[in-house]
Amino acid sequence: MLELVTTKLEDVANWGRKFSLFSYPFVTACCGMEFMSVAAPKYDIARFGAEFPRFSPRQSDLLMIVGTITEKQGPALKRVYDQMAEPKWVIAFGVCASTGGFYQNYHAMPGADQVIPVDVYIPGCPPRPEQVLDALILLQERVARRDGHSQLRLKREKIVLEQARAREDD
Amino acid sequence: MSQKVLDALRAKFGDAVVATESQHGDEVALVKRDKLVAIATWLRDDPAMAFEVPVFVTCIDLLDWRPVKAPGQPSSTRPAWDNVDGKAPRFEVCWQLRSFSRRHRLRLKVALVENDLKVASLTPLWSGFDWQERETFDMYGVEFQGHPDLRRIYLYDEFVGHPLRKDYPKEKRQPLVRRSDLVGDH
Amino acid sequence: MPDLKTLVLGQKEAADLDDEHELPHELMTVNMGPSHPAMHGTVRIVLSVDGERIVKGDIQPGYLHRCFEKEAEHATYTQVFPYTDRLNYVSPMINNVGWAMAVEKLLGLTGELPRRAEYVRVIVSEVSRITDHLTCVGASAMELGAFGPFLFFLKAREWLYTLLEEVSGARLTHTYVRVGGVSKDLPDGWVAKLLHRLDELAPVMVEVETLLNNNKIFRDRMAGIGAFTREEALRWGCTGPVARACGIDYDVRKDHPYSVYPDFEFDVPVGTTGDCYDRYLVRIEEIKQSMRILRQACAQLPDGPTMVDDPRVALPPKRDAYNTIESMIRHFKHIVDGVRVPAGEAYCFVEGGNGELGFFIVADGTGRPYKAYCRSPSFVHLSTCQQLILGHLIADVVPIFGMINMIGGECDK
Repeated sequence: MLELVTTKLEDVANWGRKFSLFSYPFVTACCGMEFMSVAAPKYDIARFGAEFPRFSPRQSDLLMIVGTITEKQGPALKRVYDQMAEPKWVIAFGVCASTGGFYQNYHAMPGADQVIPVDVYIPGCPPRPEQVLDALILLQERVARRDGHSQLRLKREKIVLEQARAREDD
Repeated sequence: MSQKVLDALRAKFGDAVVATESQHGDEVALVKRDKLVAIATWLRDDPAMAFEVPVFVTCIDLLDWRPVKAPGQPSSTRPAWDNVDGKAPRFEVCWQLRSFSRRHRLRLKVALVENDLKVASLTPLWSGFDWQERETFDMYGVEFQGHPDLRRIYLYDEFVGHPLRKDYPKEKRQPLVRRSDLVGDH
Repeated sequence: MPDLKTLVLGQKEAADLDDEHELPHELMTVNMGPSHPAMHGTVRIVLSVDGERIVKGDIQPGYLHRCFEKEAEHATYTQVFPYTDRLNYVSPMINNVGWAMAVEKLLGLTGELPRRAEYVRVIVSEVSRITDHLTCVGASAMELGAFGPFLFFLKAREWLYTLLEEVSGARLTHTYVRVGGVSKDLPDGWVAKLLHRLDELAPVMVEVETLLNNNKIFRDRMAGIGAFTREEALRWGCTGPVARACGIDYDVRKDHPYSVYPDFEFDVPVGTTGDCYDRYLVRIEEIKQSMRILRQACAQLPDGPTMVDDPRVALPPKRDAYNTIESMIRHFKHIVDGVRVPAGEAYCFVEGGNGELGFFIVADGTGRPYKAYCRSPSFVHLSTCQQLILGHLIADVVPIFGMINMIGGECDK
């Protein structure tokens, strides 16, 4: 019975979370121009409840990696990610943040997922604003399904903990 | 266009100017390393030259320089250094200068051999060369003597080597941080 | 008559207080960046501050070093165009034109292009210049707390992006220009659309100028901040709006005319004080001058081909490439080997959004550059910031950086 209540409670929380994603735009490069367009009047990310960029990692729950991540930038990205509170979600905005794109060289990192886990990858160099909105909807569905990477990890850790406890009981 | 700059330079410094040439409207002067500062100071201060504006500094790595004659094209006219102190040079450092009042441009070049990558800095003459010389140091390892603050600018301090040299592989990364589950010590 | 402090505190305490003031104090180190909301792109500044005053600022770029030069050495001359798009990603067309002109200089094609190609290049460059200045002014105003101008300018920028998308197929990274011309002609009716948008842009400019020019907060934060004298600007190698705000009337389009710019009548705005407010005014005026050039170019736009008729650089017509083996082989060689450029070296420069944007190419006769160097105005201007921010407040770093308009991709290459 208690399990049912907590599950339903989490569903309600997730419903709330998916429409109030506070994003932290980690803007590094060209994609930032398109990020501006997404936030600006014509495409208006506000319609999806993610309009308010929070320039403090501690107050945000969606990390948008907008642009190329270089080796020099890597530690900063990891630090920003670590500072965010759980549960958190990550979107790799554009092909550079996803795989490095056509920058395959000594200083461009082949994708932000070399450093931190990523939930949704948006292709395109840079992606069109419509694609970004599509990715946001995709992420909202995952949030509601409890499929975000940090949600899954929490779930996994809980299972591991329960198994360990069961073994101790034996 | 500004051939007279090259003529004046030759007349004034004679042997210190190894070669001059005009190509595609660019004027280039190859000068001896130990006379660089004297020539640059004169270029800046002489009223007929008046090169007040620094444009850029870069370096050319001649390690793989084997020009090909393109079909239907004249062969290379780029001047080559025969030798510097008896050795074939590996690097050419270029300083591009511009005169705002006289409207002419000039590229100064100095050749360096591989084991002796030292050249005088022109930052004391033109402050705009500060970062440009740091960039050239970062990318090619050329040591600018007399530069006030010569350290890496684009890359991080942990980086080993100079990536724009022809013998640095394009995709040789030197990661600072990776996810623990990718490195394998999970 | 003793001063107020002595009256209130008594003689002894006041003397103590003065002593306290003369105690040696330590400088504080404040780290700004590399991911800072008010920084265009990513740059890190390590500031030493005395209270709020900046005593020393160590600016560290390189967080977006994407190795343009190394990538260019491994790509054919045509394949470099996408990389140039991403140098100054706010005005990609100008970068495209700069690279194309540098390669054409080596090929001896300068001045040989069909007139329509030159006109189309000028038109797209000027549209790009307008988007550059719109973004710069809009974003800087937003960072100073004026959100309205940002929305107005982004609305206008969206119109121009849509126009450039119709030309090239991409909103931001166009890769539209080719060595020897442009990749395709302007679509039908495009010129009329452009003129219509220019008519719509004019009232937006009026709106934003009304909001900003005499806005007390805006002026207080911009006027007198980050000023540069004319001599300093020359010694540091400044170009573009930053130099023009100091009174240096240097514009590559006028001083070393290229393409068909001599055909047009336009003015080069210059400032007097060289501070942030003058830089803002110069940028606003440049938008208007670009609109003026665009109107003239649209009126004079000649008919004709948009690609030079030279087998070294032009692809064979698609009809031939599909039907004759010779043309197909030529097409294949052109794509795989690239444009064969005779050995030599050249430095070619254009007036970019931020100043003199130059490409220095060393060619060795193959289809790939032996060395490609980009003289990026942002890098030069950012290096002056070490000097500009001295003595100012931490809050002044934001307008200084905004008006220098450091573009990460261009600065870090």
